[in-house]
Amino acid sequence: MNAFLRRLAALTVKELRQISRDMSSIMIGLVLPIILILIFGYGLSLDVKNAPVAVVMEKSSPLVRDVLSGLNGSRYFSPRYVPSMHEAEELLRRREVDAILRTGSDFDRLYEKGEAEVQLILHGVDSTTATLIGQYTGALLSLRMQAELDRSGLTAELAGTKGAAVLQSRIWFNEAADSSWYLVPGLIVIIMTLVGAFLTALIMAREWERGTLESLFVTPVGRAEILLSKIIPYFLLGMAGLLLCLAAARWLFGVPMRGSMTLFLLCSSLYLVVALGMGLAISSVTRSQFLSCQIAIVVSFLPAVILSGFLFDLRSVPLVARIVGNILPATYYMDLLKTLFLAGNNMHIILRDSAALLLYAALFMGVAIRFTRKNLD
Amino acid sequence: MNDDLPDTGTPSLFPALKEMPVVSARALTRVFAGKNAPVTALSSLNLDVPAGRMTAVVGPDGAGKTTFLRMLCGLLAPTSGSLLVLGRDVSKEAQGIQNRISYMPQRFGLYEDLSVQENLNLYAELHGVPASVRRGRFARLLEMTDLAPFTERPAGKLSGGMKQKLALACTLVRSPELLLLDEPSVGVDPLSRRELWAIITNMVAEEHLSVLVSTAYMDEAERCSHVVVLHEGHILAQGTPEELCRLTAGLCHTARLPAGVKARDLQAWLLDRPSMIMDAVPEGRNVRFVLTPECGKESLPAGLFTPPSPLSPSLCSAVPPRLEDSFMFLLRHREEPASSMNEAVKEETPAVLSPSEPEAETVIEVRDLVRRFGSFTAVASTSFTVRRGEVFGLLGPNGAGKTTTFRMLCGLLPASGGYLSVAGEDLRRAAAQARTRVGYVSQKFSLYANLSVLENLHFFGGVYGLGPFALRRRIREVLEQFDLEGHEHDMSGSLPGGFKQRLSMAVGMLHKPPILFLDEPTSGIDPQARRLFWRRITSLSNEGTTIIITTHFMEEAEYCDRMLIQDAGRVLALGTPDEVRAQGGNASSMEEAFIRIVEQSRAKQAAREGT
Repeated sequence: MNAFLRRLAALTVKELRQISRDMSSIMIGLVLPIILILIFGYGLSLDVKNAPVAVVMEKSSPLVRDVLSGLNGSRYFSPRYVPSMHEAEELLRRREVDAILRTGSDFDRLYEKGEAEVQLILHGVDSTTATLIGQYTGALLSLRMQAELDRSGLTAELAGTKGAAVLQSRIWFNEAADSSWYLVPGLIVIIMTLVGAFLTALIMAREWERGTLESLFVTPVGRAEILLSKIIPYFLLGMAGLLLCLAAARWLFGVPMRGSMTLFLLCSSLYLVVALGMGLAISSVTRSQFLSCQIAIVVSFLPAVILSGFLFDLRSVPLVARIVGNILPATYYMDLLKTLFLAGNNMHIILRDSAALLLYAALFMGVAIRFTRKNLD
Repeated sequence: MNDDLPDTGTPSLFPALKEMPVVSARALTRVFAGKNAPVTALSSLNLDVPAGRMTAVVGPDGAGKTTFLRMLCGLLAPTSGSLLVLGRDVSKEAQGIQNRISYMPQRFGLYEDLSVQENLNLYAELHGVPASVRRGRFARLLEMTDLAPFTERPAGKLSGGMKQKLALACTLVRSPELLLLDEPSVGVDPLSRRELWAIITNMVAEEHLSVLVSTAYMDEAERCSHVVVLHEGHILAQGTPEELCRLTAGLCHTARLPAGVKARDLQAWLLDRPSMIMDAVPEGRNVRFVLTPECGKESLPAGLFTPPSPLSPSLCSAVPPRLEDSFMFLLRHREEPASSMNEAVKEETPAVLSPSEPEAETVIEVRDLVRRFGSFTAVASTSFTVRRGEVFGLLGPNGAGKTTTFRMLCGLLPASGGYLSVAGEDLRRAAAQARTRVGYVSQKFSLYANLSVLENLHFFGGVYGLGPFALRRRIREVLEQFDLEGHEHDMSGSLPGGFKQRLSMAVGMLHKPPILFLDEPTSGIDPQARRLFWRRITSLSNEGTTIIITTHFMEEAEYCDRMLIQDAGRVLALGTPDEVRAQGGNASSMEEAFIRIVEQSRAKQAAREGT
């Protein structure tokens, strides 16, 4: 074994020992991902489930009941049948229901002509819930219409019922319309960013602060060994966190994996290297734990949450935010993961995003090497 | 100054291998970018460090010692000039040099969560020490450092002295061609300090190492064969300790204390006569003093005995010079005529020689004080009293329980048992009232680094509840008293060590507390600054302030009226410096007495545990 490898091994073993003894690294690397995935996965659901809806049928008929029957079996609604609009309005005002669904007295007659209407009144204070209930109701009715058409053997175009296809497009790749399907891949991005950038930003700066680097510098150790000995253990820790997230995604939330597992692991390794490089670059420039912790949160973690397309589609945000979003490496990884999890191997997207990540990896590692010189100037 | 001393010789073009210096600096200069103006840390240094010997670099704070050592390691680049280490140019072949030398920085970076053995293993691997050599070497190092029983203990859980010994062991995992030690014994108690030096001298003798060590302790420099005195980036003098000592030959005297006069007061009286006296330090029942060369060698100036002088020729006798005397001499010459020492001294209240009344009331009373942390007893049934105006020293090795006792006295830490009253208040019931009568200067000087001197004073004055007018007046007073005028707007973080220490004192004295607590205030401060510090303490004490102080410098215990030596939480000795010295078998120095007392107690303890 040559001297380089021997020193690298000694430093890596040292780093692994420190990780195993320092609870905070394990907390951030392994425990935090689990907590985050549970909180985000269960707590931050963008779905509305069991929404209380008042149903007013001004003239009950078998047809009306049939059309609205979808409400009863659905886990999205919890319908309350009330006899009059007056009572329904009262419930809405007291916010005991989030919406009112009303069918007119001439529903049956208009239905025959294809002009039947269902009135939906939404409580607009919580706009997200209101929009979702509106969409669900639309979807519910479209499905009902689709079933009707299927039964009558007619295609949608022939029947001239528009909108059904449009509404269904929303739930492509996410048939269950379950937000955890697209939140979980996003979470993986955030956790990888946290472990990669945040942890390494701390550990390198810690060595500067505690003066351990000064002693280390005056040995045959080169800067490549010092940097590699930081990358290897935290890469392993990050991959362990990734596998935990993947397991949670598969078995806890039932997120499908439509693309190739190999590609998923390769892309994730690449992103982890980018994040590690970012952390090392930050801490070798600042040399202070406090500062690099702040910078790591502001430049890597927060934008990864807000601007990478985790919560908001980048195409719908203002231009400036979109530009910032497109500068972030997390955006490309987010895109890769969503593609691989929900859409499958789209080689065009995968190659494009991987190339971007590769560039970032080279950039950050370059900065880290540039600033980790063996001197104290 | 250099001309007075034998030159170490400029290297000839074809030096014999044996005589080639390990370090050779020519016109070496280093400038740091400062906030307002560039700061010159080293200016055109010419220096050769001989091979196979120990060389000491001594100098006050900010002399450039650490900068010089870091440049030797290739950690800082020279601004101009040339620097050869082991015959190679540092700026071109830093890695090549780093492969061959060993360096122990002032704050050695031990990995605190790794065990003693793991730290050693890591450094052995990094230096490429083969496994066959390693076993014997580790055994030897562990034996010398007494760390063998603790190989599995995490380095973070070792005491300060043990950490420093481990750091030295990590530095010595292989035999380097040049060993660089940057103030290896700062903040270490006398016992550990002696052990550290035993290891260093052993290794040097066994392996013929070339060593360069920087230090603030003159007795450490005296052990080296070559001494370089550095001051503000310049070399003031260099040579063997004997050669340097000769500078003050015939100027050193000692005076026995006249009856009823305190050593501290006689020292102050002597220091107040800067035209005749260059330096004075208390030493047991004597005060050692150095005459200025202008007063003439060999004979004592008559001015020293003109009434009402407390001294008479019969009390005085000549003594051989020490390195510290020459060091003070060199610094004084450097700074003439604007000697900061003399100027500062003039501002103090003149030394009072009347014996203080022994009937002064008790201001601190401690009875059977106990403090436990879980099952660990940090302080075990400690009792003592302190009178008004006394200077009371708390001494002990690292981890003896000094800081814990201290914190309880200041009301920062509740006691587990016993009675504790400060300024008449029972601390267990009325800690807040007691705290207003107490000033506290902590080891790390709790100043706000990014606030200016004035802003710090304003802030702390506000905390103490001083009104705006009283505060403004008081700030003017302490600025003058602690010689901080002209630095009001400097950021306190960028002040040199001695200034920070004075600012901390000023902050602690803002509310004119009758009791002042000082936790290792002189740690890492050079002899000159320490003299000034003690001159101030003497004044404060004469004005009636009671002072409780901890220190690692045993000669400073001589300034105390009474002192307490603790180890492992127990009281080993309590009394005047004389009484303590007597208990230590009439040792010649306080340091010797301290070491004996602690070792005796530890031996007894070990014997008790053995049976």
